[in-house]
Amino acid sequence: MTDIVDTSTIAAAGPASQRPDYVPPTFGTSPEGTHVWQRVPYDADDYGPVTDFTTDFDHADAAFNPKAPQVWKELREGGCPVAHSDRYGGMWVPITHDTVHEVAYDTEHFTSRAVVVAVGRPGDLALPAPIGGAPPITSDPPFHGMARRLLLPAFAPKQIEPWEPEIRTLCQELLDRIGDVAPGETVIDAAVQYAQHIPVNVIGRMLGFPAADEALFRKFVHDALERIAEEPGTREGMDDLGIYIHNQIQDHRETPRDDLTSYLLNVEIEGQPVSDDVAGGMIVLLLIAGIDTTWSAIGSSLWHLAQHPEDHQRLLDDPEVMTFALEEFLRAYAPVTMARLVAKDHDFHGCPMKQDDWVLLPFPAANRDPLQFEDPDTFVVDRQENRHAAFGLGIHRCLGSNLARLELKVAIEEFIKRFPRFELAGDVRWSVGQIRGPRVLPVRILAVAD
Amino acid sequence: MRVHLDSEKCQGHNRCYALAPELFDVDDYGQAVLLVDGDVPADLHDKARLAASNCPEFAIKIVES
Repeated sequence: MTDIVDTSTIAAAGPASQRPDYVPPTFGTSPEGTHVWQRVPYDADDYGPVTDFTTDFDHADAAFNPKAPQVWKELREGGCPVAHSDRYGGMWVPITHDTVHEVAYDTEHFTSRAVVVAVGRPGDLALPAPIGGAPPITSDPPFHGMARRLLLPAFAPKQIEPWEPEIRTLCQELLDRIGDVAPGETVIDAAVQYAQHIPVNVIGRMLGFPAADEALFRKFVHDALERIAEEPGTREGMDDLGIYIHNQIQDHRETPRDDLTSYLLNVEIEGQPVSDDVAGGMIVLLLIAGIDTTWSAIGSSLWHLAQHPEDHQRLLDDPEVMTFALEEFLRAYAPVTMARLVAKDHDFHGCPMKQDDWVLLPFPAANRDPLQFEDPDTFVVDRQENRHAAFGLGIHRCLGSNLARLELKVAIEEFIKRFPRFELAGDVRWSVGQIRGPRVLPVRILAVAD
Repeated sequence: MRVHLDSEKCQGHNRCYALAPELFDVDDYGQAVLLVDGDVPADLHDKARLAASNCPEFAIKIVES
């Protein structure tokens, strides 16, 4: 069992390009002007903060995530299945289960070459679709299927199930590290002290990266997913990520071991070894996609339980209900919204979509569509019919869904076992951007297990 | 009762395997595999319905007889 590193140890390093050991990035963004990235005609300052989400939607406005379910409801009640925003150079937002499903299935009109709505999008010299920068999430058919088949076996249920004891031990260690707790008095941050450490440790171990780099991984996630309003080519963090992955690939090439990184360096596509670019892109995906998504799901679930002691008690009294509760947490608080670019001009339900328009793919909105879910804004701990889309729909179904479910289940089980009663103890700070979850989650511990 | 699995629609969410392992297995890629030959034993009818009503891709169909 490796040590868990404190979050406060992010090295105070300067911009990568100013360091003597700087090498140009292999993956991620490249300097502006190379057409690897293309600036979209959008300046957030021209728009300012959103005052009305129904007419000026911006999922990355800081006010959005705290009240996202309410905004989806208002948009839905407006009667239009697809919203539009002028931001980001033009963005369409399907909000019903049907339209989200349709976009997710239509790889002809919607490309995955960019999946995070930002002020930059891949330009002419970017790794061309169908591969994209982080396959297979940024890939379209037919390459998508080939890249995905390389990764699927590593994340199939029977490969993931054996990780349960180690994840459980990790959760218990994190709870131990909280230290002495005085019931009724002690307030802990369930996001910072608990949730955020779980996925980062698990994926780091699977990839065979040093445990000491945990804080660095979280910085990479922040750089990739939250700093989307910054100019393309100025996101130094993406360079750092590229260098880090490059170094890990070198290290694993020199000293192969039994981990996912070595596995990816040895796989073949159509009889050919994968290039370092493709292997590196896959590693970027595994590292970025598995971290704040699961951390958000764990945080949102604990946030719910802190305010709903009846659901908490039900889980304690009847642990079997977790099978259904887990899916209801995922439905009601789905952390992930994806995106597509319009591949070619076409009409979508009366919407004149133009090539390179952004399309947001809000699975959380689909999960609260009353046409698909009975009483969707109510959390039903044992909901029996639940075809939620938290892990996406169609060919891009979350590759790590089995791992994410296991982490979420074990994290909740261990937390409520250790703290049989807890309550919300202050303001929650929500993330900004396409991944929604609490980043600060103060809870007062009311009871501690003997 | 008969159960039908559309392998083309299945994307490996593995909900059926979790809810009705007597009826569904998963292969090395996480794709669902039907374990019965269409006919569902009477004691598994509820589980078959549960699997169908939790498949996000609508890949499982139940035909009640």
